[in-house]
Amino acid sequence: MLLDVQDITTYYGASQALFGVEFRIDEGEVVALMGRNGMGKSTTIKSICNLMPPKTGRILFGGNATERLAPYKVARLGVGLVPEGRRCFPNLSVHENLVAAARPGSWTLDKVNALFPRLEERHAQMSKSLSGGEQQMLAIGRALMTNPRLLILDEATEGLAPVIRQDIWRAIRQLKAEGLSILVVDKTLSELLPVADRCVILENGRSVWQGSSGDVSADIQDRYLGV
Amino acid sequence: MLTRENTVNLVLALLLLVAPLAANALGQPFYVTLATRIAILALAALGLNLALGLGGLVSFGHAAFFGIGGYAAGILSSHALSYEPMMFGLSGTVQMPIIWIVAAIAAGLVALAIGAISLRTSGVYFIMITLAFAQMVYYFAISWPAYGGEDGLSILVRNQFPGLNTMKPLSFFLVCYVVLLASIGLFALIRASRFGAALQAARQNETRVATVGIHPYRIRLTGFVISAMVTALAGALYADLNRFVSPSMLSWHMSGELIVLIILGGTGRLFGPLAGAALYVAFEFALGGLTERWQFFLGLILLGVVLFARGGLLGLLAGKAKHG
Repeated sequence: MLLDVQDITTYYGASQALFGVEFRIDEGEVVALMGRNGMGKSTTIKSICNLMPPKTGRILFGGNATERLAPYKVARLGVGLVPEGRRCFPNLSVHENLVAAARPGSWTLDKVNALFPRLEERHAQMSKSLSGGEQQMLAIGRALMTNPRLLILDEATEGLAPVIRQDIWRAIRQLKAEGLSILVVDKTLSELLPVADRCVILENGRSVWQGSSGDVSADIQDRYLGV
Repeated sequence: MLTRENTVNLVLALLLLVAPLAANALGQPFYVTLATRIAILALAALGLNLALGLGGLVSFGHAAFFGIGGYAAGILSSHALSYEPMMFGLSGTVQMPIIWIVAAIAAGLVALAIGAISLRTSGVYFIMITLAFAQMVYYFAISWPAYGGEDGLSILVRNQFPGLNTMKPLSFFLVCYVVLLASIGLFALIRASRFGAALQAARQNETRVATVGIHPYRIRLTGFVISAMVTALAGALYADLNRFVSPSMLSWHMSGELIVLIILGGTGRLFGPLAGAALYVAFEFALGGLTERWQFFLGLILLGVVLFARGGLLGLLAGKAKHG
């Protein structure tokens, strides 16, 4: 088992956001974290990265408890986060964004450039001058450069043109084929369900349903995911 | 690649070399000394630019490192000339390269201590705590009679560089010029390295940096120490230029002056410190000849730069910064 989230509760100051979330991710597995807006998906991800440490419960990553680790140490254990809103370092070039994050492993500059050829074309450009889709590719590339054991994608295709979305999904499928473990949050179920092995559904800060992605019936979609 | 900024940089570098050569040929050594002062102040500001421009660390205490460099030169040469051994029976030296190494190491160790504490804070607290540490060093120097205390310490004969007569203004200028260019090269290397990218990324967003596994504190501390070492090297040269070192090199005015140089020239720019130092010394010389209150006018100019030309002189000449 790679990630074990054990009944965590997390607070924003005084207000409680998570009331008991638990799920697991095995090596090589792609897990979709689903739920309506405001149900705790992003908070769960911030808790895993220890950007918002859980108040109770615990998280094990590769057997290590993360509760006492600073966020940079969690990242070094192998949690690669692609944050919501494609956040690059705006005043660094594409190349510098990637190099700054590099940690030893199989993912190198060449491999990232092969996955996203557009990044290679724009390697000298300031990342703030990239299009939204290119910034997203850069955010994913930057996370891969850390050679993560688990890649976390938070709304990686949100607000992108359909053609670019296809590029991102193609990359995600390719990463899955290579055996990378991925935790993915996304609203496009038609793309998400085929690529995910399992799904975890959150409602009001609780994990309320888990199962293989084939079992996400229309009824479940209606109940937990419909608007 | 000959971009507009590179062209401006090249022109600046050549001007700084050609002007003193011409002045020397015309028998005007005063201008050679003026150019030397520009080169040394540029080097000091270049050191600070590493912390401030790349790392976003507004150190208001870099005079401490500048002064430590100066005192390293003064103390080592006074012991060498008096044949009195220093602590642990070590003897002094008048060889510049050795003095530079001692200056850089001494300042680096002090910066490690100051940085280890100061970098736990940020923003205005960082500014104040670096100022406080620098003032501690300042008052320590004032109350240390062995090396002149408040009166400072004279360097009777300028320290030596192998193969050169450093008492000749032009030779000493060339030493400073080469050290400046080498340090600019070092700055460019650091900025392009993984470490430099991480230092700049930490300035832009600490959380994002942590999520890619970089520890901002350690990166900043390393940047702060290198920054202090470069500024100390400038301090050693400055003491040799004036053949005198006093606590005024350690005063907070000096720290402020270094920040002013960077803002005038262009924060984070490779040649910003040189442009700023040239402008500053030119003002000091031109305005200082007209009025004793030249710093009032410098203040107005600084105000203009901050309000209307935030990229400094390089921003005006070479366009907006690629790195900001």
